[in-house]
Amino acid sequence: MRWLRFVPVAVIVMLVAVLVWRLASPPDAEIQSQMVGKPIPEFAAAAAVAGTPTLSSADLADGNPRLVNIFASWCVPCIAEAPVLTELKRRGVTIVGIAVRDRPEDVAEFLAEHGNPFERIGSDPQSSLQLAFGSAGVPESFVVDGRGVIRMQHIGPIEPDEIPAIVAAVESAK
Amino acid sequence: MKRLAICVALAIAAPALADSSLPPAHWADRQLPDARQEARARALMEEIRCLVCQGQSIADSDAELAGDMRDLVRRRIAAGEDPSEVRSWLIQRYGAWITYRPPAEPITWPLWLAPIALLVGGAWLARSRLRRRAKN
Repeated sequence: MRWLRFVPVAVIVMLVAVLVWRLASPPDAEIQSQMVGKPIPEFAAAAAVAGTPTLSSADLADGNPRLVNIFASWCVPCIAEAPVLTELKRRGVTIVGIAVRDRPEDVAEFLAEHGNPFERIGSDPQSSLQLAFGSAGVPESFVVDGRGVIRMQHIGPIEPDEIPAIVAAVESAK
Repeated sequence: MKRLAICVALAIAAPALADSSLPPAHWADRQLPDARQEARARALMEEIRCLVCQGQSIADSDAELAGDMRDLVRRRIAAGEDPSEVRSWLIQRYGAWITYRPPAEPITWPLWLAPIALLVGGAWLARSRLRRRAKN
């Protein structure tokens, strides 16, 4: 049983190897929503900005698929995402927004500067809608089908090269 | 002179816009008037993981979203919900990841079994050592 005395050394070596591996390639910090495949939560939000109608869960179950974009005027990556949303709208995707922790005047300024591709925008002053969707940050987008069922979640800003995939996802959610 | 310039620059620098300009939610940093409800809310907040600073509980985190989650927990418990209901509402949305008290399911079995395995292994090791010593 002489080999047994090397077991502790082997255990330490394994432990160090695992630690080095996880330090070098940290696990994915993205938190996937478990709501994908489930109906959207019921809600009726207040209007986020004058001039764009507000959003309720009933608006998302009218037979047409939509892209629900969770954004904020104070979110820097959302600025980068704005032209992509405009392009998605041009390609026929109906986009509705949820403005997290925002003031109407700030949303208005953001939309004036970066464009308004939104059919409707609901206000979410206490992140409660965001939490109900199982979203962990801004920006995030959800593809919701015509019956109000969440089909897909996209975490982070939608990149230009992801436009076709998003268009296809919305198309297939009809 | 250089130091002064740096101080002035620091004083007038605008912080990066990582947070909203809205004040914290009503119940984010305010205790519930009912001490028993507050204690239950507190216990739950200590075992719910913050979505932003993922190593902290929402009770410990200063992130805005953590404040909003404390508001949600307190609001629901004040409305008469059981902490376990609030907990399963969150697990429904974020998975078991959201809680620091992992449920016993196949994927977490090693976690629960490891201490037992280590104890058994240690006892076995100690026994053989002690026997050898008794022989000498």
